[in-house]
Amino acid sequence: MESVAEAMSNDLEGDFQNAKAFLLKTSLHSNLNIYDHLSSVIKKVLDEKPHNVTGKYQNKEDESTEVALARSQLTLFEVMYNSLFLDPKVLNFEIEIPDLKLQRRPGESLIETVMLDPERDEDLEEAPLPDLMELANYFEQAGVGIGREETFRIFLALKILIDSQPIRTCRFWGKIFGIHANYFIAEVEFFEGEDPEEPSDDNKQEEQQQDQDEAKVDLAKEGEFQAEEDDLPEPDFKPPVEIPQEENRTGCNKKTYFACNEPGHTWIRLPPVTPAQIVISRQIQKFFTGNLEAPVVSYPPFAGNEANYLRAQIARISATTHISPLGYYVFEEEEEEDDEGGGRDSFVVNQEFEGLTINDMTDLSCSNWVHHVQYILPQGRCTWFNPSQKREEEELEEEEDEEEKEEPDEPEPEQGPPLLTPLSEDAEVDSMPPWTAQKSSTLVPQYALAVMHSNLWPGAHAFAVERKFENIYVGWGQRYSAENYSPPPPPPPQEEFPSGPEITEAEDPSVEEEKALKAAQQEALEAAEMEEDEEDDDEDD
Amino acid sequence: MEAEGLNMTIDYVGSSGVVLSTEQKAALQSSLVILKSNYKFREVKFWGKILGVKSNYFIVQGVGKDELKDRKTLYSQDCVQWGLLPVVTESMKHNCSFVKGRFTGDPSYEYEHMEVKKGDNQDGEGAEEENIIMVKEEDRLATTIEAIDCDVRIVPRGLSVADSGKLSSYFHFREPFLLTQKTLLQKAELDKAIDFLDPIDTDVPKGGSWSIQFERGSGLVTLRSLHWLGFTFYHVPNSRKYGSIYFGLGTKNLDLPFML
Repeated sequence: MESVAEAMSNDLEGDFQNAKAFLLKTSLHSNLNIYDHLSSVIKKVLDEKPHNVTGKYQNKEDESTEVALARSQLTLFEVMYNSLFLDPKVLNFEIEIPDLKLQRRPGESLIETVMLDPERDEDLEEAPLPDLMELANYFEQAGVGIGREETFRIFLALKILIDSQPIRTCRFWGKIFGIHANYFIAEVEFFEGEDPEEPSDDNKQEEQQQDQDEAKVDLAKEGEFQAEEDDLPEPDFKPPVEIPQEENRTGCNKKTYFACNEPGHTWIRLPPVTPAQIVISRQIQKFFTGNLEAPVVSYPPFAGNEANYLRAQIARISATTHISPLGYYVFEEEEEEDDEGGGRDSFVVNQEFEGLTINDMTDLSCSNWVHHVQYILPQGRCTWFNPSQKREEEELEEEEDEEEKEEPDEPEPEQGPPLLTPLSEDAEVDSMPPWTAQKSSTLVPQYALAVMHSNLWPGAHAFAVERKFENIYVGWGQRYSAENYSPPPPPPPQEEFPSGPEITEAEDPSVEEEKALKAAQQEALEAAEMEEDEEDDDEDD
Repeated sequence: MEAEGLNMTIDYVGSSGVVLSTEQKAALQSSLVILKSNYKFREVKFWGKILGVKSNYFIVQGVGKDELKDRKTLYSQDCVQWGLLPVVTESMKHNCSFVKGRFTGDPSYEYEHMEVKKGDNQDGEGAEEENIIMVKEEDRLATTIEAIDCDVRIVPRGLSVADSGKLSSYFHFREPFLLTQKTLLQKAELDKAIDFLDPIDTDVPKGGSWSIQFERGSGLVTLRSLHWLGFTFYHVPNSRKYGSIYFGLGTKNLDLPFML
């Protein structure tokens, strides 16, 4: 019994030593080590013996922004150390000493979720985390991207995101500058059915039911209201049919995006995009402020706040600039081509793809690069939705006596290029080619990368070498146009009611006209009397 | 951005998407030294990169005796061969103002602009005269660079962390012309030793011309111009380290009033 206890205590001792060793390890990146940092904090607390210790260290306002920001970045490293190297026993040990927790600010609860995942080592093999540093290295060779230090912080932040959510694939989408803060964007796909925010089917139905009920109630109220008053004329106007949003995991909402202002801050999930938002975002040009809650003040009015606008821009940028080498993705063979759906929307990685030569990839025609994100139709969806369908149903339900009314014209279905269309099909940008292909090195072309720069979305880049390729966006999130922006004109004024005699007021006669009329009447009267007199005379004769 | 220690200082602006490849860094390292001695510059500054459709221009400025006036601008497409840009004249500025769109990446490319002049005859009838203006891309490049320098080349005034977060702590590095318009009352509060340039907080639109952000704690202040997207200025508070770089399309953002 004793020996077991001894062994356990030894074990604990060993773990403690290991933990201490890791805490003492200086990070190559930041040149800080946590052990010194913690001990200096504890020393300071004990030396100064201030009142209200916890309050002081939890209060953000007490710290200068400098320390606060640096700390939030350091927390990233702490979290990683904790999750990778400390086992739960040591963590318990840590929790027993409350002073050690001083450094944690509230809101970093994800530390716990990260630590308590027991099967982490097994997951390491097939973790969805991309090797961001390798990619950053390639991008640096291409002369694009963001600095290495920042990339590494994003790398850690992505790891935290993956550990806290059931994520199947994940990549760093890019960075969008804002006026007050910037956005870092992560693009993820959840495991099927494990999306934490996806409402289950029952909920959806309930919601719909509720909506319908509410609508009925409204109608009933309106009916009562109208019965009391005079009959108001029914307006002919019917609001245009709202184009429904695409389901999660399809079309523009195929992937989910997370954004944060600073690597190390909490990742905020961006809402799914609606067609109306995409349509409006094409007509406006706005800088991002850096606050996801900020309103988007624009004409035409944008439905949603900056998070929605950000999401709409991401969808547009992805659809236009996410490209891959020809042959890397192929359509699944079993899948039958269906003519109605307007092309297939899924593809698989071609395992036999060997990579193209650098000269092929930087060919001026760009025919060896393909789009692997679906084209967004003018309607704001990837698959076309027929707005007249719904309207017809409504009309049938409403009244059937107005049958002579002309059927609305069947709208022409919008069609875009199918998936995996080569870039050579892209439209020109103001008589300039839409893409610029370059080699990363002019001096040693045999080891160079093929680099693509988008001319439509400045800041969107892609590289490819052998089997590897990646896309990134670093910019202001604005589309390029040579012409200056001018907001769309306001809608034309409504047509006036056709003027006709029945609604035209007659002009009042002028004095002269009245006099002339009177004179004429007088004359006519006199003439009649004269005639009568004459007649009388005749009779008398 | 000073050419000396470019390898280190370029990291300050990395977060703004400004990255040089190893090949470019290596080429710049040696070619700038040669430039400096050939042209007898006191100092060489790496100015930035203008992105063309076919290829890009790397721009370097050499400074002679007078930091403000004695400057020469050179361009290169491979960071090895450098060519001197012409001095900007008024007529060049006028002609270049017609050119729109991207740079092509070929310095000898000529833009065509058809100008229609309405000459007033004595009869009162306007006779239309067609005038074709040819603008060389090299000239446009020189004009653009001068315009960017005039609009957004700035230097820091404040050195403390608190001051470096304010736009009034930065000055336009050009001949001051707003200063002369100030009243005596306004001038009375200025420190003559420091305040001899135009501060940038009066730029139009006010408060919407610059994006100012702290990075690395507050170990670094980054200013990005919203007029010239791609212009980045950095300053390390409490130090003499500052610099700016332009990595962009070379077109001014005229849509700014709609975008705020």
